[in-house]
Amino acid sequence: MNPIAKAREAVSTHGAPAIPKHRTAGHDSSADTANTSVVALRGTAVRVGGRTLWSGVDLRIGAGEFTAVLGPNGVGKSTMIKVLLGALPAAAGDVRVLGARPGQANDRIGYLPQRRSFDATLRIRGIDVVRMGLDGDQWGVPLPFPSARRRADRARMDEVIELVGATAYAHRPIGQCSGGEQQRLLIAQALVRRPELLLLDEPLDSLDLPNQSAVAALIGRICHQEGVSVVMVAHDVNPVLHHLDRVVYLAEGGAATGTPGEVITSGTLTRLYGTPVEVLRASDGRLVVVGQPEAPALHIDRHDTPGSNHDAR
Amino acid sequence: MTLAETGAPAWSWNLLSDFQEMWSYPFMVNAFRAGAVVAVVSALVGWFVVLRRQTFAAHTVSLVAFPGAAGAVLLGVSAVYGYFTLCVAAALVIAALRGGGDHHESALTGTVQAFLMASGFLFIALYRGLLEGPQTILFGTFLGITPSQVTILMAVGAVVLAVLAVIGRPLLFASIDPRVAAGRGVPVRALSVVFLVLLGVATAEASQITGTLLVFALMVIPAATAQLLTARPALSLALAVLMAFAATWLGLTAAYYSPYPLGFFVTSIAFAGYLLALGWRSLHALLASRIGARLTSAQVGA
Repeated sequence: MNPIAKAREAVSTHGAPAIPKHRTAGHDSSADTANTSVVALRGTAVRVGGRTLWSGVDLRIGAGEFTAVLGPNGVGKSTMIKVLLGALPAAAGDVRVLGARPGQANDRIGYLPQRRSFDATLRIRGIDVVRMGLDGDQWGVPLPFPSARRRADRARMDEVIELVGATAYAHRPIGQCSGGEQQRLLIAQALVRRPELLLLDEPLDSLDLPNQSAVAALIGRICHQEGVSVVMVAHDVNPVLHHLDRVVYLAEGGAATGTPGEVITSGTLTRLYGTPVEVLRASDGRLVVVGQPEAPALHIDRHDTPGSNHDAR
Repeated sequence: MTLAETGAPAWSWNLLSDFQEMWSYPFMVNAFRAGAVVAVVSALVGWFVVLRRQTFAAHTVSLVAFPGAAGAVLLGVSAVYGYFTLCVAAALVIAALRGGGDHHESALTGTVQAFLMASGFLFIALYRGLLEGPQTILFGTFLGITPSQVTILMAVGAVVLAVLAVIGRPLLFASIDPRVAAGRGVPVRALSVVFLVLLGVATAEASQITGTLLVFALMVIPAATAQLLTARPALSLALAVLMAFAATWLGLTAAYYSPYPLGFFVTSIAFAGYLLALGWRSLHALLASRIGARLTSAQVGA
């Protein structure tokens, strides 16, 4: 049996029918609630190269909520982030981000693109990379005199580096930091300007398992303690599952949104995949998805690390 | 060919009188002025070249300076115009080729580079009056730098520094982390084109001192040395400038008092600095690991 509960992936491209959206009663998007929500999608569809990736997505994310975007590969999870950033227009429906059209409020959004690692020979300190998030987009040279502004910037950087637990290595060249350390510094970079919304594209990808859960816990803590809404594209729901407030499950042409308890169920996943899927709850609370089509080898490799295959026999 | 052959000035170890003697010749004053401008400009631009890993682009642009200068001489205009025209044109061509976003342009760049070098060689052959053949263009000279040339170098250098001061921070952001920078509204593509033009201009300036083949002596070596020594951007930039400046002025002094060419001295001094920095880094790493090992063993013992 598959050891990892993968509430995700691998719907074979043929047999999946378009699924009508699954909505629960509590999240009705009337006009007035849309104003208070950080992200509001109504009947949104996205088309890339003439192909509709997903459509009919309704989603409302409140302040300080942790949302994961899940789904099979190639279904357009990262595209969701691009739509929220305004980099890609929605083909249909209405999108509001922080009460404005996408792209209008990007200075209040922290964005962490899909995993990028820094070259080992890059001689720039972690703290400089964090600083880029603070004022890297400003023209001109900063004045070299001490000022209140300068002290405030310094304090904010120390604060955010402390928050992600990177104080010990923030002054090391970032190329010499490990993947997990780099990811923490990049999260600090995305957070340094106190964004109201954090968009994370596969932040756990290619981290080892202990780092996956540590970074997931960090993101959950930031979300709930600092009141930053988080939208995170994820491959594997497990490291983040017990931090999540809301799940968006994308599949061919359709989507399901709601709390994890509502979406990651046998009934919903069976409808999304068009094939019988069973969701079991393990004794430690992890969800195990059984009966989904085989995951592609690519994703099996990713979990082929010591500690993850202890019960795979 | 060199001053030494005409009436060798002797180095006396009295620095004041040595510099007074050197600077009693207007052409040496011009050379030191031009060298200072070129050192500052190319070290700063070169720092970003090293950070962005664009040394191949820099190499191409610097080679293109050769047919530029040779062609200008053949046409009977000052080589200065040839340097600037062709270097900036080459930078723009590279920027246009980059348009696809890929790095498939290297073969095409190499092809065009070879052709342009050959053209430069032809220009030299066609122009029979050139006394020293391609040597001064390829390896640099400090003789015959005119006051008007210094003025041009200074004016162009000031423009480069001003542009760099304005775009510096976004350029650093776009160099380290282009996707996040783009997400923050930094015009990454436009900055890359502007930077290539700056690279072209800085290369054209440096070519006039070090020659087109030794541009890297001022462009890459000081920046690489500085980045070895520190990971702080501001300090690193300052160190790069200091080292390029030192290499140029020491090189000029050495070339004045010895029979050997300027390009050799500038490059060798910069290279010696690089080796010293490399040695210092290795020593530092070795000591750090020693101390680290001692600490761990002390902890285990406790």
